[in-house]
Amino acid sequence: MKRSRFPFYMTIAILVFFYLPIVIVFAQSFNASRFGGTWKGFTFDWYFKLFSDKNIWHAFTNTLIIAFSSTSVSIILGTLSAFALYKYKTKLQITHNILVYLPLVMPDILMGISLLLFFVSLKLELGLFTILLAHITFSISYVAMVVLGRFQDFDYSIFEAALDLGATWWTAVNKIMIPYLMPGIAAGGLLAFTLSLDDFVITFFVSGPGSTTLPLYIYSMMRHGSPSVINALSVIMVLFTFVVVFISKKLLEVKE
Amino acid sequence: MLFQLFNKRKSEVLISVSPMGWLFIFFVIPTLLVIAMAFRSADPYGGIGDEWTLNTIKDLRNPNYPLIIWRTVWLSIVSTVICILTAIPAAYYISRIRKKYQDIILLFIIVPFWINFLIRIFAWKVFLHPEGIFKQLLVALHISAPDSLLLYRPEAVLVVIVYSYLPFALLPIYASAEKFDFHLMEAAYDLGAGRLQAFIRVFIPGIRQGLLTAIIVVFIPALGSYVIPDIVGGPSAEMIGNKIAQRTFIDRNLPHASALSAILAFAVIIPSALALTRRFFKEKNSGSLGI
Repeated sequence: MKRSRFPFYMTIAILVFFYLPIVIVFAQSFNASRFGGTWKGFTFDWYFKLFSDKNIWHAFTNTLIIAFSSTSVSIILGTLSAFALYKYKTKLQITHNILVYLPLVMPDILMGISLLLFFVSLKLELGLFTILLAHITFSISYVAMVVLGRFQDFDYSIFEAALDLGATWWTAVNKIMIPYLMPGIAAGGLLAFTLSLDDFVITFFVSGPGSTTLPLYIYSMMRHGSPSVINALSVIMVLFTFVVVFISKKLLEVKE
Repeated sequence: MLFQLFNKRKSEVLISVSPMGWLFIFFVIPTLLVIAMAFRSADPYGGIGDEWTLNTIKDLRNPNYPLIIWRTVWLSIVSTVICILTAIPAAYYISRIRKKYQDIILLFIIVPFWINFLIRIFAWKVFLHPEGIFKQLLVALHISAPDSLLLYRPEAVLVVIVYSYLPFALLPIYASAEKFDFHLMEAAYDLGAGRLQAFIRVFIPGIRQGLLTAIIVVFIPALGSYVIPDIVGGPSAEMIGNKIAQRTFIDRNLPHASALSAILAFAVIIPSALALTRRFFKEKNSGSLGI
């Protein structure tokens, strides 16, 4: 039977739909006209304006501090969680499982407002520290799920064999389990890192004065600043993302 | 050995206590706190009153809210339907081509979503802007009137929600289509089924798992949309998320914000509890690993 061409056209349409707005942003970032339906000439002005903005660098530093610290904590907690979920099949772990899953389906805005209320009622001062706590909270589940995926193929008898052959528990963890889990931990950590870099909604709720992160700064620029400067920033961030993804792919390939 | 000295239960508790404790303190307690706050009154200074009351919940009957709740629900349902209906043929196509090309197309689908969420939405604002090239093209083709708006209306929100969540529908549907045995389709043709009949009665039931996962991962985040209607929607396209943020940051009425959040929380928890019991999440995770 002759195949329908419809699925093919639909796939093409989806790809065009995905790339069209991005292409427009790229083009606009070099357009001298602000919103230009018309092309008023090629310019690097928006890029110069962007690089002379000191606040961006401050926001960028904050973002990196949060991303690195929340990733390291959530890697530890998420891996512990995955280990417990893999190893034990008890009632406690059923509860544990639900606890780990629910944050994955909770919309950001709910997590944002609930953490805001929580911090306010504890009289914690909103700032980098509360952002860090929030980011760790939403990252744990993602790390746990990715590491658990890696655990599914882990042969526990190898671990027990090491114990039988006289290795201490710690040696067996260090020499057998951690190296085996490493690709999973790296992938989970990378996911946590990107989620933290990208998060706007939750951060928006729990941030305080002076703790502006890059997404918060982009948002305020979108509201009040020049759209063309954001176009330029978008292009740089897209290129930055590609470089990071490329490097991490290479790193993971070597490890595999 | 130290390990054997511990009894089994003890080591389990020791390992589980830190992640579970963290999630209990920073996830369970705050969520319960939001639900509890919905039963408190607001004091005039932007704080929370001392007494328990049902008035906050009763205030939600204010004519504004049902309209916004209704808009949130229909925007989420329509965007989920569009995502599913476009993802099915695309997933069908991708799963039928050679593995090498499958990987390339999947990469092309995922790449735009590495870009910061805000910037993707902003790109739509630039794209649909009244002075933008797309609008001028529509006017030149006489599709749209020069004074009509593409931005700041519910349709714009719908398009951007579909844009944001379509990959999350595509990946799980593709994951199950890829496992689907296409010989079944040929068997159906041999037995006299038409192309469309085989597609609907053999292929669709075959990818049911992926479809259910896709529905959950599009519908739930769509219900909680906040940034999308905030940036491309106007006052006529507000959703529950916008109201929650307004009550929190502008009116400083935290009990009101909590009451709205509690509604949203139940709307989310019920479908996900259903999904959890049916164990769809395994598949969702294997799908999202590719991102």
